[in-house]
Amino acid sequence: MESKLYLYPVWLRIWHIINAVLFLVLIATGLSLQYASVDYSFIDFEIAVSTHNIAGVAITIAYFMFVFGNLFTKNGKFYKIKRKGFFSDLFTQIKYYSYGIFVHQKTPFPVTAKRKFNPLQKVSYVGAMYFLFPIMILSGLALIFPEFIVPNVFGFSGIHLTGLVHIISGFGLSIFLCIHLYFCTIGKTPTSNFKSMIDGYH
Amino acid sequence: MVTTLLLWMLPVATFAEDEEAPVFENAEYNHQCFKCHGQKTYRYYNESMDREMKDRMNPYFIIDSALYYQSNHASFMCTDCHSPEYETFPHAGELRMEQQFACLDCHGGDETYAHYQFERIEEEFQASIHSTKHNEDFTCWMCHNPHTYKINARNNHNIKEVIVYDNNICLSCHADINKYQLLSDEENPSILAAHEWLPNQTLHFSKVRCIECHTEIDKEMLIAHKVCSKEKAVKRCVECHSQNSLLTATLYKFETFEKRNKLGFFNAAILTDHYIIGANRNYYLNVASIVIFGLTLLVIIIHAILRIISK
Repeated sequence: MESKLYLYPVWLRIWHIINAVLFLVLIATGLSLQYASVDYSFIDFEIAVSTHNIAGVAITIAYFMFVFGNLFTKNGKFYKIKRKGFFSDLFTQIKYYSYGIFVHQKTPFPVTAKRKFNPLQKVSYVGAMYFLFPIMILSGLALIFPEFIVPNVFGFSGIHLTGLVHIISGFGLSIFLCIHLYFCTIGKTPTSNFKSMIDGYH
Repeated sequence: MVTTLLLWMLPVATFAEDEEAPVFENAEYNHQCFKCHGQKTYRYYNESMDREMKDRMNPYFIIDSALYYQSNHASFMCTDCHSPEYETFPHAGELRMEQQFACLDCHGGDETYAHYQFERIEEEFQASIHSTKHNEDFTCWMCHNPHTYKINARNNHNIKEVIVYDNNICLSCHADINKYQLLSDEENPSILAAHEWLPNQTLHFSKVRCIECHTEIDKEMLIAHKVCSKEKAVKRCVECHSQNSLLTATLYKFETFEKRNKLGFFNAAILTDHYIIGANRNYYLNVASIVIFGLTLLVIIIHAILRIISK
């Protein structure tokens, strides 16, 4: 029998579930704010504003938990991208997902104790967590304290620009979430990866 | 050499002359008034003491001549509105009881001013809380100082300046107990406390005018004058924070008139310079987000179907 790999430590799983719940709250309230209407609002505007702000601050605190966890535990090394063979590995993985998977080829980068993520996962996780997430947090905090935003950027409202950055990065992370959820069904069974995130074993 | 230099300088001198401040024909006449009413002190001959005396001018009777000559009434002589008997100095005491003009006395029924809709303004004002609560004690001058008032929202495209100018009109009473109590025995209510419920108070106060929430909007009028009681003030966030934001009918009315319907996108005008959560919607971003989201779902569905088929 194949031995199970313990890849998801407790702190990571706690952060993951907190992050997931808060992110869903932020998407729901964010969409409700962006598409607010006099006749019909998904969530009442005032409630949506305060919930979005509270969830935003909470997810920022949780984000630091994720960053420090990766800085001070071995989990951080899984996110390191090696330059050597970067594009060819990425292409191999893309080829697998777009063809190989349908003809029952073996996954080119199986999960091991040293390799938790395949090259595509690695790039998308790093992009989401270390690129889009900080942009999201910074622009969100700026919108909570708009007095610190530069009022005019080349004739364009600084607050508006910050709002656009916040919305675009939020949209990017929402798309990431959709793809992330779908790819989680590509495990031994469609639910095995979800179970891994609960019990920690892959 | 000197002639050449003079010829070269000539257009500059002409240009400099063009740039000079406009000359007001009434200035010389008005100067007789500003000699005292433009200063903090004035001199007069006291007959009973038989000597010239210097006294302090009542601060409420001091008119800033610089602001006056920038105002809409700059071309007026003081006696166009005030009694010609003021030409006698010291002024007769009963002159302070003189009847003051209201806006409609000059502007009413005049085609020249038709686009300002003075009659409609008067109608709205009569229905406003200012008029219904204080009757004739509340005049146009309570808000529009005839000596300094100048048209603002129509001429100024800097919305920030328009907001400051218009809000200062409200604050001149509602943040000044001395003027407020001219009409009311009530204690001056604290604006900050009354607006405690409003999130991001500072931002709201600097980005919108009091009248946006405190007047009944009339789509046909640029500036609504029907100031309502506080119970009727706009308190629902979505009234402004939504696609058909009421700000497009008030604060951004001029801008939206000019730029509306660009790509059929109602909020195009607000989009460029201002940001209001819920009201700013970028047409291209909306389309792009729907397309990207749709394509993502489509790819996921196709991929999932192929996985099921090839199982």
